[in-house]
Amino acid sequence: MIAEHVAFGIIAAVMVASALRVVTTRDIMHAALYLVIVLAGVASLFLLVGAEFTGITQILIYIGAVIVLFLFGIMLTRSDFDQDEETDHKRKFPAILTALLLLAVMVGALVDRFEDVRLDANPQTTAQVSDELFSQYIVPFEAVSVLLLAALIGAIVIARREEGG
Amino acid sequence: MTGAAVMTSLLAAEVPYWASTIIKLGVVALVIPTAALMLGYVFLMKMMSFMQSRLGPMEAGPYGTLQLLADGLKFLQKEDIFPAKADRTVFALAPLVVLVSTFLIYVVIPTGPDAVVAQLDVGIFYALAVSSLSVVGILMAGWASANKYALMGGLRAAGQLIAYELPLVLAVMGVVIQAGTLDLQKIVTAQAEGEIFGWGGIGNPFILTQFVGFFIFLVAVQAETTQPPFDMPVAESEIVGGYQVEYTGFRFLFFFMGEFGTAFAFAALAAVLFLGGWALPWGDLEHWAFNIAGPVIMLVKVMAVSALIFWFRFTYPRLREDQLQRLAWKFLIPLSLVNIVVTGIFKVVL
Repeated sequence: MIAEHVAFGIIAAVMVASALRVVTTRDIMHAALYLVIVLAGVASLFLLVGAEFTGITQILIYIGAVIVLFLFGIMLTRSDFDQDEETDHKRKFPAILTALLLLAVMVGALVDRFEDVRLDANPQTTAQVSDELFSQYIVPFEAVSVLLLAALIGAIVIARREEGG
Repeated sequence: MTGAAVMTSLLAAEVPYWASTIIKLGVVALVIPTAALMLGYVFLMKMMSFMQSRLGPMEAGPYGTLQLLADGLKFLQKEDIFPAKADRTVFALAPLVVLVSTFLIYVVIPTGPDAVVAQLDVGIFYALAVSSLSVVGILMAGWASANKYALMGGLRAAGQLIAYELPLVLAVMGVVIQAGTLDLQKIVTAQAEGEIFGWGGIGNPFILTQFVGFFIFLVAVQAETTQPPFDMPVAESEIVGGYQVEYTGFRFLFFFMGEFGTAFAFAALAAVLFLGGWALPWGDLEHWAFNIAGPVIMLVKVMAVSALIFWFRFTYPRLREDQLQRLAWKFLIPLSLVNIVVTGIFKVVL
């Protein structure tokens, strides 16, 4: 168990440091790349508690797709190399306030739910995940599918309208 | 001692965990440049030359076998140049990210009953996830070079890799449904122990039932490794090398090794998923000899798949950007979805 605690400590420290750099760096590209480190840390934490499927999904979706879209967007909109455009920190205080509120809600919810429950470190197989997903959690799963479908159609409608107008 | 006893004592977990991990990582670290050298020499230099009625490199070593080694040494001696406006840290890290992504794929590829670095329950899912990391490295290179050609190359690469990631993942689904597992090792056993209408003579390599999946997988791999005819991101005649344009010396070498190393890794994945992997359909799969024969069997299959990839590479002209996107979104993805539905129906009915 000691090795796991040490690993957790290292990963957590790297994540916190990178997360701070995401909001303090003045180069938006660097902010996105520090975010990659934070998300990779989340994935390794999932792997550490034996949630293999969730950890790998985290890599595939967040680093492989979401971050790539971020980088894509930044490169399309800020490709002017001659201007040293920097991000400002004008809305610093509302942002800190929001972050603190979110932290309070998350800590409250997690402590309230888990209290003294200790997770068993047995790796959770993909078969277990899918069994639970398609029996116990089938309704939320289908609801999320419909939500995503709605978002997809919405995106297409917006893109079409701009093209036509 | 008999051969079996030697192998058992070699393979038994007598070495501590950290030592075996270091040995395994060292082996993988050696495999990548070797794989890149083999593909580069056999296909890029010799096969292409023969297809164009010329000899290719003949001077360095017998039949030019040492040509790429000489090229590699040449790259190492070159000056390490950073463009004036480049974002130095990101510029330096980008080729490493690409190479790490390649490295991580090799970790799960099985070459024998025990000859695998890590047998993961999520095997193929893991391999596809880490292969998508290379896009981040390519985008970093495109951005940090502070060069408009590099930027355009990076953008093209990102658009292409996102588009072809979907057919790549969906093509594998058919195999996963048939085998009933994501574990690459179990996919190999499922094929070796499979039977075709009760006849187990050649096992049941999934290429027989998943030939549509195999076709989609190969096309998607061609695009994921930016091999021609999908080499828009590095098109030298339009954007002079794309995201690689500012890279010299060993950093360029890293990109080269990343490209060919990934092609080799994907060919190995195709061999495992569709051609039966390291196993032969007869004989005891747990036998120690498969740890020695397995890598050789794998190499033969990988070279066969690579030959297909490079054959396409030398034969077809480059696609236009819109043709490329249309092929992925309007042909390959619907086709792979149909393949999944049909496989699912057969799985339930049979």
